[in-house]
Amino acid sequence: MNTINSYAHIKYNQVSVNGEIVFQSNPSLSLAEFLSEAYKALGVSYPKFHKMDAQCKLGFLCAEFALKETSFLTENDLTKTAIVLSNAASSLETDRIHQHSIDDRSNYFPSPAVFVYTLPNITIGELAIKHKITGENAFFVSEQLDANLLVNYTESLIQSGSEAAIVGWVEVDGANFEAFIFLSEKQKDTNKNAIFKPLNQTSVITIYNQTIWTH
Amino acid sequence: MDALIEKLKGQIIEQLNLAEVKPEEINPDSPLFGEGLGLDSIDALELIVLLEKHYGIKIQDPKDGKTIFQSLRTMAEYIKSQGKS
Repeated sequence: MNTINSYAHIKYNQVSVNGEIVFQSNPSLSLAEFLSEAYKALGVSYPKFHKMDAQCKLGFLCAEFALKETSFLTENDLTKTAIVLSNAASSLETDRIHQHSIDDRSNYFPSPAVFVYTLPNITIGELAIKHKITGENAFFVSEQLDANLLVNYTESLIQSGSEAAIVGWVEVDGANFEAFIFLSEKQKDTNKNAIFKPLNQTSVITIYNQTIWTH
Repeated sequence: MDALIEKLKGQIIEQLNLAEVKPEEINPDSPLFGEGLGLDSIDALELIVLLEKHYGIKIQDPKDGKTIFQSLRTMAEYIKSQGKS
């Protein structure tokens, strides 16, 4: 059976892991400020984080929080670990930043470091680079979290050779942002601190709605 | 030259988002790529933009980049040689 063994959710300047809020910042902080605070709270040193756009930072943090207390990365074959993400806005926020940098022909200095993030699946790339994950990947754009799509696609990957998957939603559009990532793998008895929910649409919707946000 | 190197340190940290690097940690003679600051190919492009944006210098031949961006000092020397400091 394929299971969901850990998940993280970031919204309203708060981070929850397996339904429990583990970090929250002042709700008045901007997204950039919140991401910086959450990075410090995570307690990892990964200088490349600071070069990422907001969407990649958000996806990176959400995945890190989901992975933190698990043995997911050590117990799965990373060449057979998939990453499946989705959102509604694609890379719109970074697209806007890039557009702004080329609006004025007299002050025309487009940034290569911004431009490389004008694709949503770069978020997958950042996770893959960080953890040396080389399995299948896909990024879907849909109006809202499509649990059915994510579950069906992950199941199909697992049926065709993948052994585990990092799956979810990473969205940044202006001041609105949300990330929700769960870890799915074949059920093992050795996973410490893991929750075990069957990988299906009901489980995904249940865990997505589980966190009680405080503001 | 030292003043230009210090100025470049700040500009590089800002332009390349090296948030965990302090100016005093950058050795002006250490390689910018591979070791030292460990910059990558996108950073190289950002350095080209930095020279154009802040010093009005356009690198005409990309092959020159390897020499110019060898270290902070070689960058500063190149800016000086272009009379743009």
